[in-house]
Amino acid sequence: MSEWLENHLPKMVLAPSFIAVLVFVYGFIGWTAWVSLTRSKLLPRYEIKGFVQYDKLFDSPRWDTAMNNLFIFGALFIIIAMVLGLLLAIMLDQKIRTEGVIRTIYLYPMALSMIVTGTAWKWILNPGLGIEATVRGWGFENFSFDWVVNPDFAIYTIVLAAVWQSSGFVMALFLAGLRSVDGEIIKAAQVDGIPTWRIYSAIIIPSMAPIFLSAFIVLAHLAIKSFDLVIALTGGGPGYATDLPATYMYAMAFSRGDIGQAASSAMIMMLVVFAIVVPYLYSELRAKNDG
Amino acid sequence: MAPILDIKNLYKNYGTTEILKDINVAIEPGDFLVLVGPSGCGKSTLLNCIAGLEPITGGSLHIGGKDMTHVSPKDRDIAMVFQSYALYPTMSVAKNITFGMKVRGVDQATQERKLAEVASQLQIEQLLNRRPGQLSGGQRQRVAMGRALVRDPKLFLFDEPLSNLDAKLRVEMRSEIKKLHQTLGASMVYVTHDQIEAMTLATKIVVMKGGVIQQIGTPSEIYNKPANLFVADFMGSPAMNLIPAKVRQNGAGAEIEITRPNSAPIILHDPKASGLPQDVILGLRPEDIAEAGFRAGENVQQAECHVDMVEPAGADTYVVSQLGGKQITARMHAETSAVAGQSLSFAFDLSKVSYFAKETGERLN
Amino acid sequence: MADLSYSQPRTQSNLGKIALRWLLYVLLCLFAVYYLMPLFVMVTTSLKSLEEIRTGSLVALPREVTFDAWKTAWSGACTGIQCEGLQPYFWNSVMLAVPAVMISTLIGALNGYVVAQWRFKGANLIFSLMLFGCFIPFQVVLLPMARLLGLMGLAGTIPGLIFVHVIYGIGFTTLFFRNYYVTIPSELVKAAKVDGANFFRIFWSIFLPLSLPIIVVTVIWQFTQIWNDFLFGVSFSQAGTQPVTVALNNIVNSTTGVKEYNVDMAAAIIAALPTLLVYVVAGKYFIRGLTAGSVKG
Repeated sequence: MSEWLENHLPKMVLAPSFIAVLVFVYGFIGWTAWVSLTRSKLLPRYEIKGFVQYDKLFDSPRWDTAMNNLFIFGALFIIIAMVLGLLLAIMLDQKIRTEGVIRTIYLYPMALSMIVTGTAWKWILNPGLGIEATVRGWGFENFSFDWVVNPDFAIYTIVLAAVWQSSGFVMALFLAGLRSVDGEIIKAAQVDGIPTWRIYSAIIIPSMAPIFLSAFIVLAHLAIKSFDLVIALTGGGPGYATDLPATYMYAMAFSRGDIGQAASSAMIMMLVVFAIVVPYLYSELRAKNDG
Repeated sequence: MAPILDIKNLYKNYGTTEILKDINVAIEPGDFLVLVGPSGCGKSTLLNCIAGLEPITGGSLHIGGKDMTHVSPKDRDIAMVFQSYALYPTMSVAKNITFGMKVRGVDQATQERKLAEVASQLQIEQLLNRRPGQLSGGQRQRVAMGRALVRDPKLFLFDEPLSNLDAKLRVEMRSEIKKLHQTLGASMVYVTHDQIEAMTLATKIVVMKGGVIQQIGTPSEIYNKPANLFVADFMGSPAMNLIPAKVRQNGAGAEIEITRPNSAPIILHDPKASGLPQDVILGLRPEDIAEAGFRAGENVQQAECHVDMVEPAGADTYVVSQLGGKQITARMHAETSAVAGQSLSFAFDLSKVSYFAKETGERLN
Repeated sequence: MADLSYSQPRTQSNLGKIALRWLLYVLLCLFAVYYLMPLFVMVTTSLKSLEEIRTGSLVALPREVTFDAWKTAWSGACTGIQCEGLQPYFWNSVMLAVPAVMISTLIGALNGYVVAQWRFKGANLIFSLMLFGCFIPFQVVLLPMARLLGLMGLAGTIPGLIFVHVIYGIGFTTLFFRNYYVTIPSELVKAAKVDGANFFRIFWSIFLPLSLPIIVVTVIWQFTQIWNDFLFGVSFSQAGTQPVTVALNNIVNSTTGVKEYNVDMAAAIIAALPTLLVYVVAGKYFIRGLTAGSVKG
């Protein structure tokens, strides 16, 4: 008896977590998917009615805005954060004396809740009392920086705050990557007389391809989950101008009492994440198993 | 006396891949069995099966006369020393050695007594309070052996314990293990890829390749009468010369014809070579090829060969030539008159010659 | 570092080198200002009176330092109907985070141990499935979880929130421990087996003592995630049981009365203090945790 137990103990220890994941992740996704195919409103109904909710979703102008915002915000956020992160990492790689302190300063925003970040930037970007007022106070009377309340520009404030919060992380990632490049390859290049900037562009950066991918995945993931930041910074406004799928879903689920819409919007979010993350995970795990 | 280890028809698969095929080995108490072979031949897997760390797919395994085929490692009365020593990093040397006893519930007094015995035997008393991280490679090896000794097992298992040491340390620790074997009279099973270790330590050698046993025998048997081409080539350094040859039977034994570059072929006579097929591989160790006049024996024959290279190696000089289309090495004395680029009269001592079939590689004599 | 100190071409003048170096430091400082500015603004605003905020400049230091805003933020600010400040919600977060972190870390350790050292058929598949669970947008489980909590009688309770955070934290904690335990040689387990130790004994006597670095990383990561979370907090709590992030948002976005920006800032800092403190004290480990699964290596 005890030998059977000993042999199966590892499986038994892992089992509860595995079952939990099966139920609370995959099972729940299944439930949400199911409900997204029904006419549920305030309460879930389980009769499948086809893709009614998705039709309604794609017809909704608010959802259109949300998806547009996702792509604008996502693209800008990821690109700027990666460029900035790379720039900072390269700068910090130059044997800076106070590197530890500077790294700490660049990275601390990651320790903050997005609510805190949103609250802080909301205040800073406050048209009457924030940056706009300050710069005007310095004499530039026509300076205007009212993006936060401007429907056309509000989404860019989210980008600003998000980049501020996450670029330090990207920098840390890239810095680790820069330093993991084989020192011998660099020495060989130096012996060949290749100038510093060329060494970066031709040797170091290309060898960091997997880390760019990792950073991209994490940033994409953060972008899709961005909910806290929007709620704190703009509340989704002005109007619906800074709505993202995450805020749309929440509104539908808890304010509007439209579970069908909530479920369908959640499923779309799920699919977008899926499309990005699954190929990455697949190639990662396959590499780990081969190696 | 009943064998201390008896393996019968052992098979091991990983899924559908056969890792070990039909292994049959038995050793007597006090034997030092070495499993030797190239990487991937299955020797470590076999050791893990003996230890009970890997399950056996088919066959049986007896230790000390008891059927241990399905018994867990802790009940097999074995002790094991690993390649990386596997000392518990957060425990002191003393705790490392007594951990097994503690788990088995041995009382404190006995633990301390056995620890003291083993510590003095291996001369590690002054290391008892240190952590593995603070020890040198050789010291770690001794602690690992101490952990094994303290179990007083029927069988000691060693999994390439010297591979992580530098050359000089390796030779030192090798003789320590041999001394330990002689003092304790313990039964040991030892895995290595180094055929010199195998030859110096073993009372019995198992040569393995691709999960199959190629030959079992004493070091002398393996060295002088290799069972096939693989064993002949693998064991002994420098390797045995394996020369393709043609056999022509005449009334008194046979004529062995070996081609020579830019000359007529050599003809050697071997009265003991009757019954051989036409195409053979002739196996001759470098020490059985000497400079003419410097070797006497019942069947020593001479022939002129062209010297390609001369490699002085201190006490000997290795002389390289070509026969049968293959490069051959002869081990000559240091003052040989061999000069690269010139001809030399070689003496071939056929008293220890081996013949192998050309297609199967199996030994013919 | 990637040692490039020798690759400046010899023709570049010393002056050029020094100039470049100065430019580098200037840029670094500018960015430091960019990152520090919001914190600076938050602190200074929280110490100003409303009067000064309205008439003064955003970036100016307070003319008169007053801690009134802090007192209000802690015990008097309104989070909806109640006006008790952040205090009760701060403790909610503590009561939520501490058990959740401990439980998810323990489970992650055992799981990581199994996956890393006790291979069995399908273990990798199970691990992959668990890993994938880390990447899902939680929106997709909000609705069913809300219903389930209701059915279990845990809706709007702190134990309910603890449950949610543990469940969705297991993926990450398992990943961290697994990646760490994978670097421990399996010969150690073999030696222990030969010594007679069983599954739990090996974990207790051998792996746990080795685990301090990864425990620190995991605890810091989990604490930061759970303390800073908003989505689960706002979805699964009610008026009395909200965590501090939800309360903060309520304070800042409440539409009643005059907007007290200094209270808002003070409240934000209070909410941020625990994780900020953890970062300052153990930042090295925090970074290690962030890059644990991400950097190929």
